[in-house]
Amino acid sequence: MIAYIVRRVLYAIPILIGVNLLTFVLFFVVNSPDDVAHMQLGEKRVNPQAIQDWKAERGYDLPLLYNGRAEGFRTLSDTLFFQKSLRLFLFDFGSSDAGRDIGHDIRQRMVPSLAIAAPVLLLGLWTNISFALLIAFFRATYIDFWGVVACVVLMSISSLFYIIGGQFLIGKLWHLVPISGYGEGLDAARFLVLPVIVGVLAGIGSGTRWYRTLFLEELNKDFVRTARAKGLSEVAVMFRHVLRNALIPILTGVVVLLPLLFMGSLIIESFFGIPGLGSYTIDAINNQDFAIVRAMVFLGSVLYIIGLLLTDISYTVVDPRVRLS
Amino acid sequence: MPRYLLALSLCVLTVPALAGLWNDPYPTADAGANIFYSSFSERPKHLDPVRSYSADEYKFIAQIYEPPLQYHYLKRPYELTSLAATRVPEPILLDAQGRRLPATAPPEAVAESVYEIEIRKGIHYQPHPAFARGADGEFLYHQLKSEDLEGRYTLADFPEHGTREVLAEDYVYEIKRLAHPESHSPIAALMFDYIVGLRELADTLKSAKTSGDNVDLRSLPLAGVALVDAYTYRIRIKGKYPQFRYWLAMSFFAPIPWEATAFYGQEGMARRNFNLDWYPVGTGPFYLAENNPNRRMVLARNPYFRGEPYPGEGAAGDAAAGLLADAGRPMPFIDRAVYTLEKENIPYWNKFLQGYYDASGVVSDSFDQAIQFDSAGEAGLTESLAQKGIALSTAVETSIYYMGFNMRDPLVGADTEQGRALRQAIAIAVDWEEYISIFANGRGVSAQSPLPPGIFGYRDAKQGINSVVYDWVDGRPRRKPIEAARRLLARAGYPDGRDASTGKPLVLYFDTPASGPDHKARLDWLRKQFDKLGVQLVIRSTDYNRFREKMRKGTAQIYQWGWNADYPDPENFLFLLYGPNAKAVSDGENASNYDNAEFNALFEQMKNRDNGPQRQAMIDRMVDILRRDMPWCGGFYPVAYSLRHDWVHNSQANLMANNTLKYLRIDPDRRAGQRVAWNQPVLWPLGWFFGVLAVFLVPAVIGYRRRERATA
Repeated sequence: MIAYIVRRVLYAIPILIGVNLLTFVLFFVVNSPDDVAHMQLGEKRVNPQAIQDWKAERGYDLPLLYNGRAEGFRTLSDTLFFQKSLRLFLFDFGSSDAGRDIGHDIRQRMVPSLAIAAPVLLLGLWTNISFALLIAFFRATYIDFWGVVACVVLMSISSLFYIIGGQFLIGKLWHLVPISGYGEGLDAARFLVLPVIVGVLAGIGSGTRWYRTLFLEELNKDFVRTARAKGLSEVAVMFRHVLRNALIPILTGVVVLLPLLFMGSLIIESFFGIPGLGSYTIDAINNQDFAIVRAMVFLGSVLYIIGLLLTDISYTVVDPRVRLS
Repeated sequence: MPRYLLALSLCVLTVPALAGLWNDPYPTADAGANIFYSSFSERPKHLDPVRSYSADEYKFIAQIYEPPLQYHYLKRPYELTSLAATRVPEPILLDAQGRRLPATAPPEAVAESVYEIEIRKGIHYQPHPAFARGADGEFLYHQLKSEDLEGRYTLADFPEHGTREVLAEDYVYEIKRLAHPESHSPIAALMFDYIVGLRELADTLKSAKTSGDNVDLRSLPLAGVALVDAYTYRIRIKGKYPQFRYWLAMSFFAPIPWEATAFYGQEGMARRNFNLDWYPVGTGPFYLAENNPNRRMVLARNPYFRGEPYPGEGAAGDAAAGLLADAGRPMPFIDRAVYTLEKENIPYWNKFLQGYYDASGVVSDSFDQAIQFDSAGEAGLTESLAQKGIALSTAVETSIYYMGFNMRDPLVGADTEQGRALRQAIAIAVDWEEYISIFANGRGVSAQSPLPPGIFGYRDAKQGINSVVYDWVDGRPRRKPIEAARRLLARAGYPDGRDASTGKPLVLYFDTPASGPDHKARLDWLRKQFDKLGVQLVIRSTDYNRFREKMRKGTAQIYQWGWNADYPDPENFLFLLYGPNAKAVSDGENASNYDNAEFNALFEQMKNRDNGPQRQAMIDRMVDILRRDMPWCGGFYPVAYSLRHDWVHNSQANLMANNTLKYLRIDPDRRAGQRVAWNQPVLWPLGWFFGVLAVFLVPAVIGYRRRERATA
């Protein structure tokens, strides 16, 4: 398995270079270094000399990808792409164009993002699986029918509606939790109640339907019939056989998400005033801060690759027949 | 499992119940404290006074830094008064031979203006580690090594703090910082033209930077700025520049201690976000106690603040409004100000209504909930807000939004009678009153000239109307009928919107960075305005970068733009149409690239002249030229609406002053009482929730048991 992991890590290097190059090209197709300088220096009373000075100070006066004035390897190394990208592979994110330490910002923002994303994932998983098992247990009854109808209704509602509705009902009308904000340490818990409820509720429809489908598929298999024939109770059948065998597709969807939990959720964090990573990339794009954009895309790619690797490894845990080679 | 969930829910909900209000977003310990609560929506980019130049940055640094002057909080029209200075300096005017001239000397006779500024004694900096000294008198944190910075990420990680008295040399030091190439001060280029020797200092600093020399700004001379004594300094300005006093009321001219730059300039400091852009060092009534723009910014009372008295004079009606009740009392009145990040309008507005923000603007989404207009068109509060004791104040901003023509465009910018007639026709057709009513909820006043009310040169009533676009009817301006615009269009060679010689329809282009559904209604409305003349308007939407590039190259045709005044002087508005400032030529602020020789000459004469009949006559003539040439086809001055709860006192709209936090007084007991009255938790929905859950679960449990029995 170690050889497999090493091989996958080595595969990741060209992928990361490609992602980095693509990010670079896309960013500078939309924003020229002059635009980046304008954004940092402001709009009022900024003259062309100030733009040139800022670019020279930050290295944005270099050619983007190829330096025709240099010779040899320097045609590639004396470029904006090379200078700005190399350190990423050492996980040194450097400073943002506004002068902030990106690594410190990420570490600071990661915790609030995780504080929402982890409970939403766990509670959501528990709720969705429970509902799906319940509906599957009562398959072809009125509970199954109305459960599916409820899921379709829940799926059809925009997540924004859950947020605004939740804030209106629970925060504004009933005064049960703060409408938005965040606290230090344990005080953060009361600010998380509403976003977690909203996050879980928004995912119930699609999650429950997906898991119900998985469970129903397992329920029709021979080993379930055999289990019933052995005289096992329906609960034992559902938990010991159906749930366990449905775990592989569930894991496929869940484990890949685990590393990305750190990246946060844009809309929820924005509406609830959670100082997480969700809005960090969007703010950076709006502020044309290339240093943050490339760092966050790089980090997202790394975490996604880790997620895929973890998924592969988790297969071997839940299904002994699977061997990585 | 549901039992555990129930227990967990009860725990989560019971803890705040025991501690205070369930929906209170602030720590229980702060209930009843003398804290001002507000919000911000955008992270301030710069807090270094040499760079900060936007409203969301001034919101903070204007409370922290003290330039020599400030705007009087209550008097109108806006008036400069002393802040750190002992008095407002009167410039000494000198001719080319260095002889003193009278204050009324014409600008062309003045070679230099000398401003001598005496600062108050006893002003101290906020507590800061840069000033901390050991028992031996040496600075504790000026010789730090990289390893000394391990684990330090905020100023609180430096346990020792100190202060010192502000000296005139600190003000001189900041003026030198304007010239530093690494400061990137937005006003550096402007000040090069005025402060004697500043450009030369910038050249010296640039050379030193290129050669890698580490220079101490204190040791470099600046020819135009000199120390007179420990508390007085003198600035020499080229020519006559009366507006310079307004610049002295901005943070660009606040004091910076050399110790701060020595502290922040150490190896490894910038890497850990220790710099003046993040941690200001000021002398004002507040200091930045917490800088976490992802969540909140906290200003705390500066323990070394000298205690400036609340003003004893104001405008007519201020005394009756209770705005002079605190006259002479030392400011600030509040202990802390907590600004919470609110990116979305809905939570922001609801928290204001719950009493968790002390003051608010009026967001568009909630405008109807907050504001209603009476039969005379006067704005007032709705009954629900009035019952809460909320008060509304309105003020016309010293800003303008306008739609302009690119005067370099051969079609709309032609300097001919036909070109003028075309622009005038469009100016009549685009109905700004309708725009204000539909898209700004009535929060605007149609612009009759580039000068908003409150600025010298502005004329109101009949005298001030743009007679090309408006008639004076029943004591108010009324837009000319569309027939008048059609006649002008025909005179321009486009009867019914078609080229008289070719018969082809007239097609014009509106360049804008606005796109998407949010802007569709506005752009559709704009098309309809041109439709009234039979003119086709093509919207060329693009991203902001491309739009800015078009404007810079002068390739846009019709555009929309805005300007927010730096200071209340007509020069700061009319320079937006001064030829040499053309954006396509010098990347200046004249976005229309308007260049009229007579206007330019008048501007040059007017800009440095003292207010008086002569200056007014020049402005009148300039405005007449603009109305004839019509480089802008109208616009509006926005009206700011602000709301505050009845526990907030001394709140007065002052659109020039930014250091207004010190004047506010809060009644924390009243606030605490109102919060309790407005935010009692409503518990019946919890009972309903668990009841409904039980109703659904019971049949399921019964069904499960029945099935289990059947299987067995």
